[in-house]
Amino acid sequence: MNQLFSPLLRRHRPQPFEVVYWLVLVAVFFLFPRNLALATSILVMALFALSLDLALGFSGIVSFGHAVFFGIGAYAAGLLALAGYAEPISGAIVAGLVAGFVALAMGPVVIRASGLPQIMVTLAFAVIAYEFANKAVWLTKGDDGLGGIKLMPLFGMFEWTALSQTAYWYSLGWLFVLFMVIRTVLASPFGLTLQGCRENTERMRFIGTPVLGRLMGAYALSAFVAGVAGAISCQTSKFVGLDTLSVDRSIDVLVMLILGGVGRLYGGLVGAPVYMLVRQIAAEWNPFHWMFVVGGLLVFVVMLARGGIIGVLEAIRIGVSGGRSRKS
Amino acid sequence: MAEFTSGLTFIGIYGLSYGTILFLISVGLVLTMGLVRVVNMAHGVFAAVGGYAAVELVNMSGVPFALAVTIAVIAVAAASLVVERIFFRKLYGASELEQALLTIGLAFIGIAALNLTFGPDVVGAMLPNALARNVQFVGRSVQVYRLFVIVLGLVIMLLLWYVFDRTSFGARLRASVDNRGMAEAVGINVTHLFSLAFAIGSGLAALGGAIGAAILPLEPMYPMKYLILILMVVVMSGRGNMKLSAGVSIFLGLIDTAGRYFYPEIGSFLIFVVLLLYLIVRGNQLLYAPVAK
Repeated sequence: MNQLFSPLLRRHRPQPFEVVYWLVLVAVFFLFPRNLALATSILVMALFALSLDLALGFSGIVSFGHAVFFGIGAYAAGLLALAGYAEPISGAIVAGLVAGFVALAMGPVVIRASGLPQIMVTLAFAVIAYEFANKAVWLTKGDDGLGGIKLMPLFGMFEWTALSQTAYWYSLGWLFVLFMVIRTVLASPFGLTLQGCRENTERMRFIGTPVLGRLMGAYALSAFVAGVAGAISCQTSKFVGLDTLSVDRSIDVLVMLILGGVGRLYGGLVGAPVYMLVRQIAAEWNPFHWMFVVGGLLVFVVMLARGGIIGVLEAIRIGVSGGRSRKS
Repeated sequence: MAEFTSGLTFIGIYGLSYGTILFLISVGLVLTMGLVRVVNMAHGVFAAVGGYAAVELVNMSGVPFALAVTIAVIAVAAASLVVERIFFRKLYGASELEQALLTIGLAFIGIAALNLTFGPDVVGAMLPNALARNVQFVGRSVQVYRLFVIVLGLVIMLLLWYVFDRTSFGARLRASVDNRGMAEAVGINVTHLFSLAFAIGSGLAALGGAIGAAILPLEPMYPMKYLILILMVVVMSGRGNMKLSAGVSIFLGLIDTAGRYFYPEIGSFLIFVVLLLYLIVRGNQLLYAPVAK
């Protein structure tokens, strides 16, 4: 019993390894000054994976189309900037809110479904959103994408530099703040009911939890975070393309999360860098051969390493400490 | 008026042949979803491999078209038995998310393998002269190939209907779809039955891929590109309902063709409007439609 619930109780207590994780992200800025554009895109995907973890890992909402929210956030931020509203932080918040409202509109269809129908429904929405953006050239410029995005300096002080220094700190700041928000939400009674719904919606209903409402809240919050991630991707690359909405991106983020560990706070935050770095190396090799690697990773994680990297690390730690306590 | 008739003929012939190919490719997945509820996102790989094998046999080795298609279908059906034994048996108890992820992984590996073997470009289908000709048909010149696909589709549908409605194999299969536990209790070997159904479904997908290579062009991304279409048929067909899946496939084929014909710019979006409406109306009952008795 203790073993089962201790992760829940421990969740809002900071662990020593967490400081290390964030220090590494700070150190990256000084260690790899030439690769900050890649590092920034990794942070964006980490934030995106975190948003998916909130829906899939903690609330049990299986989303095969999370790029809908990422893409909507990106396009909203891009259109906002092109319309002349150039302040980045509030722009990202507005973009996130747009994504959140779209989630509230999709929610009734998505959340009432479960299992296989839910996979199908979310996938269908992803395709519909992509095809819509592809055809609605007047709004999205179709294949060409939105370019020429100009932003005000961050806080009115820091210019957006060519080597992405500002972009890196901007993304890291968002990732840290939203990580803390999600962590706090998950440790709250609201967050605990979400995890209850993930385990068994029927029983949660029996004890009087308004399951649909809670899950809608989680879905909207997750969409908000995904929308912010999309907005940051737009703001830091000064471009929005159709790829932000693609099914590929939905699958990518899912693989990152699965690889890192679903239902672990750091799952997406660990999975995204590993996945992106492996892809960076493999893409120079051959983009199609890369699919051997992704496919192989998926099969491997599902068949042999459920819980991903974090899961494996936890198993090792429990194994080590378990061995010790038995000796003493 | 003549133009209108010719337009209708175009939509009819092209939509029907497109829908037929869609049916051949998807019916195997409809069946397996109904039988064991394994969502196989890699189903398109069977169609792609069948298509590539047939086309390469014709193009490279000069094997006659009909023989090449037959070899491809048998080879894919046999290979699918191996795949089923290695991967799918382990999935029967797994969660739907795990099934989807693992099969997407398999689809990616399939795509990479197709690229490695056949290169990244679209492979053109070589039709035998008899099929490549055009004939006059209800006020329009139509390729014989299209008519051939429709007729072949009808034959296969009749054959499937006969096998599933009139033979003991079909009766046992339907019993297993309706109530697996009960079917096992009366001594039906469901596992064995499923392997057979899986092989038949994969073989049909290969047939669809091979015959339909001139309609759905062969490229390495084929399994992902047409995945949504395949899944649409599966979703709209309810649980393992093959008769409905034939109707749905042809309906989708006609809608898509009509959309593209009347509105070339945005017509391909029409099919997704249909999907959206369907999702809103059916939403939570997807795939739980009662099985036709």
